[in-house]
Parts: sequence; C-alpha cells; structure tokens
Amino acid sequence: MIPIGWYLILSAILFLIGVLGFFIKRNIIALLLSVEIMLNAVNLTFVAFSLQHGKISGQIFVFFVLVVAAAEAAVGLALVIAMFRNRESLNVDRSNLLKW
Amino acid sequence: MIEYVTGSEFIVLMIKIFVIFGGVMGALAYLSWLERKLMARVQMRPGPTRVGPFGLLQPIADGLKFLFKEDVIPTHSNRFLYIAAPIVSLVPALLSFSVIPFGPSLQITDLSVGLLFIFAVTSLGIYGIALGGWASNSKYPLMGAIRSSAQMISYELSLTLSVVGVLMIANTLSLAELVTAQQSTWLGIIPRWNIFLQPVAFVVYLVSAVAETNRLPFDLAESEQELVAGWHTEYSSMKFAMFMLAEYANVVTVSSLATIMFFGGWTGPMFGPALLQMALPTVWFLLKVSIFIFFYVLMRATVPRFRYDQLMRFGWKVLLPLSLANIVVTSFVVAIS
Amino acid sequence: MIQILFFFFAAIAVGAALNVLVQKHVLYSALSLILMLTAVSVLFILLQADFLAVINVIVYAGAIMVLFVFVIMLLNLPEDEDGADRLRWLKFIGIPLGLFFLVLVVTTLWNLEANPGTQPQLVGSPAAIGQSLFTDFVLPFEVTSLLILIALMGAVVFAKRDL
Repeated sequence: MIPIGWYLILSAILFLIGVLGFFIKRNIIALLLSVEIMLNAVNLTFVAFSLQHGKISGQIFVFFVLVVAAAEAAVGLALVIAMFRNRESLNVDRSNLLKW
Repeated sequence: MIEYVTGSEFIVLMIKIFVIFGGVMGALAYLSWLERKLMARVQMRPGPTRVGPFGLLQPIADGLKFLFKEDVIPTHSNRFLYIAAPIVSLVPALLSFSVIPFGPSLQITDLSVGLLFIFAVTSLGIYGIALGGWASNSKYPLMGAIRSSAQMISYELSLTLSVVGVLMIANTLSLAELVTAQQSTWLGIIPRWNIFLQPVAFVVYLVSAVAETNRLPFDLAESEQELVAGWHTEYSSMKFAMFMLAEYANVVTVSSLATIMFFGGWTGPMFGPALLQMALPTVWFLLKVSIFIFFYVLMRATVPRFRYDQLMRFGWKVLLPLSLANIVVTSFVVAIS
Repeated sequence: MIQILFFFFAAIAVGAALNVLVQKHVLYSALSLILMLTAVSVLFILLQADFLAVINVIVYAGAIMVLFVFVIMLLNLPEDEDGADRLRWLKFIGIPLGLFFLVLVVTTLWNLEANPGTQPQLVGSPAAIGQSLFTDFVLPFEVTSLLILIALMGAVVFAKRDL
C-alpha cells in the first residue's frame, strides 16, 4: 500500500506547478490550463483522503470540482473568444484598458 | 479493488488478449471488403472480384499497398502532431475491445465501470480527428476536423444519456453483468432483452452512434463532395490505413455495445454437444454484431447526407430531449415497480 | 508493484504538468495537460476510485479539453508573444518562492507522523457515490445544475457578437 503522504506530496508538487504557471504564463489560455492543473492536484488530495478516512464524501467533492471546472472552462473560453475578438491577442498584459 | 494476477491466470489472459486482438484486427480488415462488396451490390456493381475468389483477398492486397505506398508528409504541416494523430485515433478505438464480452469467458477484463470506460476511451478518439485536421495545415482537413469535433461532442451527449435508461433497469455498469441480466425469458419464448423495455433509447442510441462514428448520413467530417476527404485529405499510406482501421473499430465497438445493452449480448439458444455449447455464445454475439454492421453499410448506401445545420438541430433539439424524456419516464417506472 | 505504478504515473503527471509551462505553443500545452489528466486518472484507480477515474477522463479529457483544443484551433493562435510583458521579473522571484513553498510542504508532510492505521477498504463504486450524492449531498447536487445553467447562459452571452 502506498502511504497517503506520497499522494499529498505529489499533489503539492502538481499544485505548485499550476501556481507557477499562473504566474509566469501570459497567455490567457495557458492561465486557464494552469488553473486546471491546480484543480486536478486538489482532486488528487481529496481522493487520497477519501481512501484514508474510508469516507466517500471526498470523492463526492471531486465530483463537484469537476462540475465547477466544466463551468469555468465554458465561461473562460467564451471570455477568451471575446477578448481575442477585441484585442487580437491573448496576452493578458495587452488587455490593460477598462474600455476601448 | 486492485487484484493481482497469478502465473496461470496471466497465461490465460495473454491468450485471450491475442485471440481477441488478432480476431478484431482481422475482422476490421475484412470489414472493408464487406463494405465495398455490399455497397457495390446495392448500386448494381460487382465490387472487388479480381483478388482471390469473390475478391476475398482484397483486404490483404490493400494492406500490402498501404504498406508500400509513399508516406507523404506535407511541407507546412505540423510534423509531430501529423504523425501522432492517426495513433491517437487508433489506440483508444482498439482499447475499448478490452472490456467487451465476446462470450461468457471471452472477455479480457470485466471492469465494474466497463461501460463508462468505453465512453471514456472513445471520447479520446476526437483528438485524433481534430489534431489530424489541424496538423495538416490545409483548409479542407481543418474544416472537416472542426465539423467533426463539434458533431462528436454534440452527439456524445445523447449517446451517453440514451444508455442511462438501460443502466437503471440493469442496475450495473459492468458489461458482463449487463448481459447476464438479460439472460432469462418472458413467457418462455420472448428473450428478456432491453430493446423491448427501452425502444426509444435504442433508436436514440443507434442514431447517435452513427453520428459518433462519422458515417453516413452524418459523415460531414469527410463529405467527399464538399471537403475532398475531410480530416484525412492529406494522409496517405499507413497513416491513412490507421484512420480507416480506427473508424471501423469504432463501428464494431458501437455495434457491440448496442448488442450488449439492447440485444442480450452473447445470450441465445443453446443446444448440441458440449464443445458446440462453448462456441455458441460467441457465435450469437458475432451474429448480432454483424447484423448491426450490415445495417450501417446499407444505411451508408441508401440515405443521403444531412446538411450541417440540420445535423446540429437534430442532435440538440430532437435526440437530446428524447433521451432526457426517456430517462424521466424510465425512472418513474423503475421507482414505482 | 503498486509502488512502481505509482512512481511511473506520478512521474508522467509531473513531467506533463511541467511541459504545460515549458511549451511555447498553447496547443501543445493543452495536449500535455490531457496526458497529465490521464495519469492522474490512473492514480485515482490506484486509490480505488474507479468511477471517478473514468469520469475524470470523460469530463476533463473528453469534454473540457476538447473545448480548449477547439478554441485554440479556431483562433489559430500564433506562438506565445512576449510583447508587453511587464511582469517578466516575476518569474525570478516566483520560482524561488514557489520552490521554498514546495520544500515547506514536503518537509511538513515528511515529518508528519505516518499514520498507516488500518486503511479501510473503500471502493469508489458508482453505487456508493450515487447513494451518497442523492442522500447527503442532494442540495449541492441540485445547486450545481443551476451553476451549469448560469455558466451556459454566460458563455452564450460572452461569446455572441451581438445578441
């Protein structure tokens, strides 16, 4: 059996990679992808704890995270399209005006 | 649960994998022969006749030709994705055969979530088409890829939802248990197949399965008259063969699923000596699957292609509400009884 | 045996996640993320959450990432442009700080008194999840349907040129 700590360390690493990506990437789609990495890292933690404590509720929560991720992706990508239409670029630094 | 496989079990498993994989690959090759021959007969042509009796060796000749043809990679294509796309489309298509029960014991592994597993791996098949079209860096493939991915996402919904009614009746997601749940009969003669309980679900499933495999009348992704050959316009040689194999593999998968969920899988009348009884379930299964494949081919030969907006409207405004209504009605009936 | 599987797929997950950041073209990032999702799904299976593993692939790899790839293909994006990158210095502080955070987390977890206990046999079967979802979590479940509806309308409003 694999100790739960290994899973936690792995998901900490993944979460960190997601955070890093969020900070160093400037492309808005890459930012959304980083958010997905973070969500997955958290999901891994939930499932690991669910097994550790023998409770199904951890897995239920992953379910809700998936739903939120789907909603986020749909709205986020709609925003990406709207942004690309207006700015011809996906660099978040380029959309620095409140109106145009 | 994670289970370990011991030595003898491992050998049995290996034999099963070889038998199923080899059989499936051979069958896929001969599907191309069947399709050409049947289409030809519908259109009053003889079809392939030159290679072997009734053109039976045609798939082998085709295979050799695919192997020795020049493998063209367009100059401005995205090389890595161009090569990866056929692989991405073939591997998931073949993966789904690992959970399909061809007989009571002829199944590589029976997952507790077998049905969802098949939906999961087939949903990965979209990437092969989308990336292949995009990486070719040419207009027709790109249009084909975009059409195809939109179509597959739309119809995947009704495909998955149409199955829910069956699942509520059978109370399981494992394919082997789905089959055994349909084993008995009503009144001793009518088999307890789900088709009699879920006719609406069956129709929705069949239509969305045709759309999901990108075949006529829903083959907008590769409609010859508008898009040359759709997403695989630029492909040649083995890569094209892999796309074709993936398409046929998907056809066999959806036909097998239809058989398992609605037509009782490998169940059927049992008779004769013990040796025959061992082979009979597989024979019944293959018979039922081939009926579906015949249906697919005949449909391709007879039904004209949909227009794209008609296709989308049909998927979202007809099939999806129908499958949802089916779920509501089924859950009421299940809850009452 | 399970350890080997764990390390193999953990390595794939971490490598793919890093590749998401390294790649210049966002399509490769998206594809790399799909690889990471599949690796995480395998880890779910190791954690006996079969249902979630499959759902993860269907929802994430089969739907969400297809949306991403679709949008990337439609917009036909150029490679990453570094034009007005006024936050470029951020990565020189961010990476060390991130690594520091990582060291912090790992040492904390490492020193955690390993509590093997008796790991209860919990199988994340569809039945168990459904049971819990429709009894204890009925309200959140219903609320998510509202969330999805709102997201749907939001997406239409944002993406439509003129309503």
